[in-house]
Parts: sequence; C-alpha cells; structure tokens
Amino acid sequence: MILPAVFFYIFAGVCVASAFMVIAARNPVHSVLFLILAFVNAAGLFILLGAEFLAMILVIVYVGAVAVLFLFVVMMLDVDFAELRQGFLQYLPIGAVVGGILLIELVLVLFTWTIAPDVQQAIATPAPPIARMLNAEALGHVLYTRYVYFFQAAGVVLLVAMIGAIVLTLQHKPNVKRQNIANQVARTRATAIEIVKVRSGQGL
Amino acid sequence: MIIGLGHYLTVAAILFTIGIFGIFINRKNVIVILMSIELILLAVNINLVAFSTFLGDIVGQVYALIVLTVAAAEAAIGLAILVAYFRNRGSIAVEDVNLMKG
Repeated sequence: MILPAVFFYIFAGVCVASAFMVIAARNPVHSVLFLILAFVNAAGLFILLGAEFLAMILVIVYVGAVAVLFLFVVMMLDVDFAELRQGFLQYLPIGAVVGGILLIELVLVLFTWTIAPDVQQAIATPAPPIARMLNAEALGHVLYTRYVYFFQAAGVVLLVAMIGAIVLTLQHKPNVKRQNIANQVARTRATAIEIVKVRSGQGL
Repeated sequence: MIIGLGHYLTVAAILFTIGIFGIFINRKNVIVILMSIELILLAVNINLVAFSTFLGDIVGQVYALIVLTVAAAEAAIGLAILVAYFRNRGSIAVEDVNLMKG
C-alpha cells in the first residue's frame, strides 16, 4: 500500500518541479527538455491511475513528436533569447497576483467539492475490471463504437493541422528551377522546334 | 496512506497555475508561452483521467485522447506560424506582432 503512494509523490514532485523549470529556465532548450521530463512523469501518474494506453500515447505523442518539434524550432530559429527575457521581473508581480488568485480559487474548489450521490447510476460506459479487460482494449471498445465520430473528428483535426503547417511553412524560392510536368506534356511539335533555312556563308 | 482523487486534482491544479504563471512572466517569448499552454492542457488531461478512474467511467479517457490530439495539432500550427513569422520579420518577440494594429 505504501509503494503506490511513494511513486505518486515521486512522479508528482518531479512533474511539478520540472513544470516550474519550464517557465523559469533561462535557455529555451532547457525549457523543452524540462517539458519532456514533466510529460514523462505525467505518464507515470497516468500509469498509477490505471490508464496505461494514455500514458504510452502521452510518451509517444509528446516526447516523441511535440517536444522534438519544439526543440527543432528552438534550435532552427536564430533568436537572441537573452533579449526576450528582458522584463522578466517587470511582469513577475502581475503574474504572481493572477497565479495566486487562480491557485486560491482552485484550492477552495478542491476542499469543498462533493460527488453527487446519483452519479454512479448515471455512468454511461463503466470501466470493466482490469481482470476481465485491459485498459487499451476497454478504451477501444468505447472509442470505436460509441465515440467513433469523436475519433473521426480527431483525425480531421490532425489532417487540417498537417495541411495548415505545410501551407504555412512551404515556400517557393523564385530563382530555383523546377520541373513543370504540365508544360512538358503540353508541348507540341510546333512549339518545340523551329526549322530554319541557313544560307551558305551567312549564318543566322 | 491512500492516494485519492484529491491528490491528483492538487497536482493538476498546481500544473495549471504554473502554466498561467508562465504565460504572464514570459510575455516576450512565444515558444515558452506555447509550452505553458501545453502544461495547461496536461493539467486538464490529468483531471480527466483522474475523474475517469475514480468514478469508474472510461469516457474521461476518450476525452483525454481528444484533448491530446487538439494539443498536438495546436503545437504544430503554432510553431508553423512562428517559423513563417520569423522568416518575414526576423524576430519572434510578442511586442513586434503589431502589423494588424490589434
């Protein structure tokens, strides 16, 4: 019984500490690496909660894709990050005030909430016990039947994001020669060659 | 020492607050602002999964999956806009983003 608690405190502590370092680190590369650490520890929390599939998805999607994308952009852009940190202390008071108010509100909610007594009857898709069905299997049974439209919508969102990112970043340089297949195919004999009679001794 | 729903909600609340705080103190650096938004969405995900587990309803994890998708799409689009903006202006400072006088 003590072991899950120990792991919870390890994961939660490292997660919160690295999340703080994300916003406090001087170097954005360090921020991205701390973001990876925070997400890995959040995946540990998900495993403790019994959501193994989401934990693995979190590691794959965030650590494998999103964080590497951040790292790529941070290293690709030639930005003076020291200059961007000017005014760090200037915004500290307002940030502390807003963050403090938010935290107080959340803590107040945390200590006063109750779960309505009839919520147990209202559960639409109860999670099956782990002995009968694994988490990924149970999630698939729900995701591909009852929530299949959500699944499709998620796919559309990813497709639109992919097309949008390509459209935004693709650029054609004007002085680069490219193959134009339509022009090549549309060429006829008349547009391609010209027959010239060359008189002897005169040239063209 | 039982770890209950309240523990997970506390972690999520702290992460959410750190995300908001990060947006405020890194007003000039768009990349850190995007990372703060990722932290906020992570806090939301922890809340969804915690409620899903402790109420015994698996739909929370479906929603967490959707939030994850949207977060990934948002990061991709945000960084693409950032790269396109940097190409045009040579800077990513938030104060320079005033072309539309908004």
